[in-house]
Amino acid sequence: MNHIGAMTEPIVRINQITKSFYGTKVLDQVDLELYPGEVLALMGENGAGKSTLMKILIGLLKADSGSISFLGKEVHSQKSGLEKTIAMIHQEMLVVPELTVAQNIFLGRERSFSGKFWLKDRVINQKAQGVLAQLGLRLLPTTKLKDLAVAEVQMVEIAKAISLEARVIIMDEPTSAISDKEVAALFAIIEALKRQGVAIIYISHKMDEIFRIADRIAVLRDGKMVHRGPAEALDTDRLVSLMVGRAIDQLFPEETTAIGAQLLAVKGLTRAPAFEDIHFELHGGEVLGLAGLMGAGRTELARVLCGLDSPHAGEIRIGGEVARLKNPQEAIAKGIGYVSEDRKAFGFIPRMSVKNNLTLSSLKQHRKGGTVNEKSEEKVMAENLLHLHIKASSGRQPVGELSGGNQQKVVLGRVLNTQPHIVILDEPTRGVDVGAKFEIYKLIHELKKSGKAILLISSELPEILGMSDRILVLAKGKQTALMSRAEASEERIMQHAVL
Amino acid sequence: MENIRHYKPFQTGQYGIFLAFMIVCVVLSILTPGFLSGSNLLIIGTQVSINALLAFGVTFVIISGGIDLSLGSMVAVAGVASAMFAHPDTYPLVVPLGMGLLAGLAIGLLNGWVITKTKVAPFIVTLGTMTIGRGLALILSKGRPVSNLSDSFNFIGGGTVWGIPFPILTLIITFLICHFILNKTILGRYIYAVGGNEEAAHASGIDVGKVKLKVYALCGLLCALGGILLTSRVTTGQPNAGAGFELDAIAAAIIGGTSTSGGTGTMVGTLMGAMLIGVIGNGLDLLNVTSYYQLVVMGTIIIGAVVLDGLGKKNR
Repeated sequence: MNHIGAMTEPIVRINQITKSFYGTKVLDQVDLELYPGEVLALMGENGAGKSTLMKILIGLLKADSGSISFLGKEVHSQKSGLEKTIAMIHQEMLVVPELTVAQNIFLGRERSFSGKFWLKDRVINQKAQGVLAQLGLRLLPTTKLKDLAVAEVQMVEIAKAISLEARVIIMDEPTSAISDKEVAALFAIIEALKRQGVAIIYISHKMDEIFRIADRIAVLRDGKMVHRGPAEALDTDRLVSLMVGRAIDQLFPEETTAIGAQLLAVKGLTRAPAFEDIHFELHGGEVLGLAGLMGAGRTELARVLCGLDSPHAGEIRIGGEVARLKNPQEAIAKGIGYVSEDRKAFGFIPRMSVKNNLTLSSLKQHRKGGTVNEKSEEKVMAENLLHLHIKASSGRQPVGELSGGNQQKVVLGRVLNTQPHIVILDEPTRGVDVGAKFEIYKLIHELKKSGKAILLISSELPEILGMSDRILVLAKGKQTALMSRAEASEERIMQHAVL
Repeated sequence: MENIRHYKPFQTGQYGIFLAFMIVCVVLSILTPGFLSGSNLLIIGTQVSINALLAFGVTFVIISGGIDLSLGSMVAVAGVASAMFAHPDTYPLVVPLGMGLLAGLAIGLLNGWVITKTKVAPFIVTLGTMTIGRGLALILSKGRPVSNLSDSFNFIGGGTVWGIPFPILTLIITFLICHFILNKTILGRYIYAVGGNEEAAHASGIDVGKVKLKVYALCGLLCALGGILLTSRVTTGQPNAGAGFELDAIAAAIIGGTSTSGGTGTMVGTLMGAMLIGVIGNGLDLLNVTSYYQLVVMGTIIIGAVVLDGLGKKNR
């Protein structure tokens, strides 16, 4: 920690930044400083003001008051070259898939290596090779981006930032879509960046990562900076309570419910090569956790169970009867509800209102003659908003404008409004802040108590262990273990998951 | 639950179109004394009606995330098909009307069916049916205009009820029906959902193929209605009629705030768009601006409307 000594001058000093949108203060006199060679974890619930602060830092937004100084000099215009020294690795990747690694790294700067007219790919490739080597990346400069895995694309973005001689790199949820092995590779690169004096602002909801990688932690809550300090001074519980402003004594509700009748039975279910020969039963009032690494076939299994894909072999029994689910309509009619891991792609219609999204799957319940009965829709919406604690300015607000947690609650509401008996939740708390996470856990528990059968897919082992009655582990498309909660531990699950 | 029942005929951003329409009307009424006369307004209404019908049809399609380039060809096929059964003293009026609507419906269904079954892009499918439709119109009519139509048929495009031209009445009634379908029915809601996020709509249990089929069929029907009106107004079924109409109709929808990326748009906006195009054309006629310059003005307005719409969104 010696590099954060009193003698070191910060690269960036954010001073009393305030920003309001339509009279609502999103940032309230926020101070933050960033030192060379450190990883600063910026924490806060969704809507706490993290992304607004970052947008002000990289010049996408203008602060109402306050100042930012860079290497001791106050920056007035946000277009004064600051955008080149501060790079942001976005959640949504900003690359051109059809271009190569080298072409992406130097996109827009080709002229500095070539003549005015002709491209010199050879020179660009060499330069790219240099940057990749500097980061210890084993990527070919001539590979097209569309042929790379998500994690590798992220590495290319980091390489691009380095080639721009960025002094500050902002990483927004960099591990949300990559596997554990890739996370390790990313962290190695972060270490390399630190040694080169690059400062990193790291935004993530994953607590274990924060404590692995962060030197210092800053916590935003409701637009105020409520904590800045070394990472060692905090632990998970303390950090969570700083973020939500109250102590969460117990993240997972500890109650047992009576296991009811068998609602779902899967025998020899196969969709090669994604998964093969899966067997399990699911009862009312039971949560079955489905664990495994990325690519183990969990989401593919869920997609077959909800009618999005068809199986190649095996049978699905719902309430004892063999069910052939040709499409999602049939699955919904048979009482299966599915919350996708990719809510942006499969979960909601971004431009549609909260109300219309909530009733989208159950619209036929609101049929009156040939029309939609908006009164009965509004009644259901009012119940949903209250029950699920959805925070929206009104029922007319487009869901695309809500925070991740609230979007997820809308998706949950839409699915639950179809009155399913079997609820498949695929990564229900991905990209969701701690408060919403807790509410989703409570909801799962309520569903369980009301006798529904729940299949919970999650990459977060504490979540699987905390919520499940039994745990099914998949590895490379094969079922490797089915254990009770009492038998299960993180180590045991991992042993079977990496098989 | 404040403001839920508050009725909003426009979506945000469409007030600009309404404002533009009012400004153009005020300016034209100052520049040309004849503009606000009752007879001129009825002329504008009649001129707007056919483009508006097509624009309503394509609005459904664009909101659902598609596009339809075969509008003009459907106008021609429906026009010729209705004219062939509209000679005096042959069939009762319902037959030419029914044949015209059936012709449009058939091509619309073909569009929808090929798009949902083959997953080929709507742009390409309807580019194909645009040519097929034109060919069918020429085949049906043997390449010659179909004239000598009955008086009752000619009333549709040329007659008046209580002094109001029949095409304007058709326009008003069709607008109300389209507005109702889009806002009050399950189909309307599904159209927005499919255009807003097709994958999510599918996963939510919506039969996306069925929705698309209905949308293109509806568009075909509306084009057929436009074709019948046109045939009746010029008292001839022209196999070459309607060429280029698709562009005016798409322009009306876009000026009216329908996004080509799908998921947003209103019938009110499209009606405003069609009226804006009609009013400007009429005004330029009254100001003796030649049709060559009118084209330049019209193109500028299309781009200008979308640019202004984008600026409005940015400022929010």
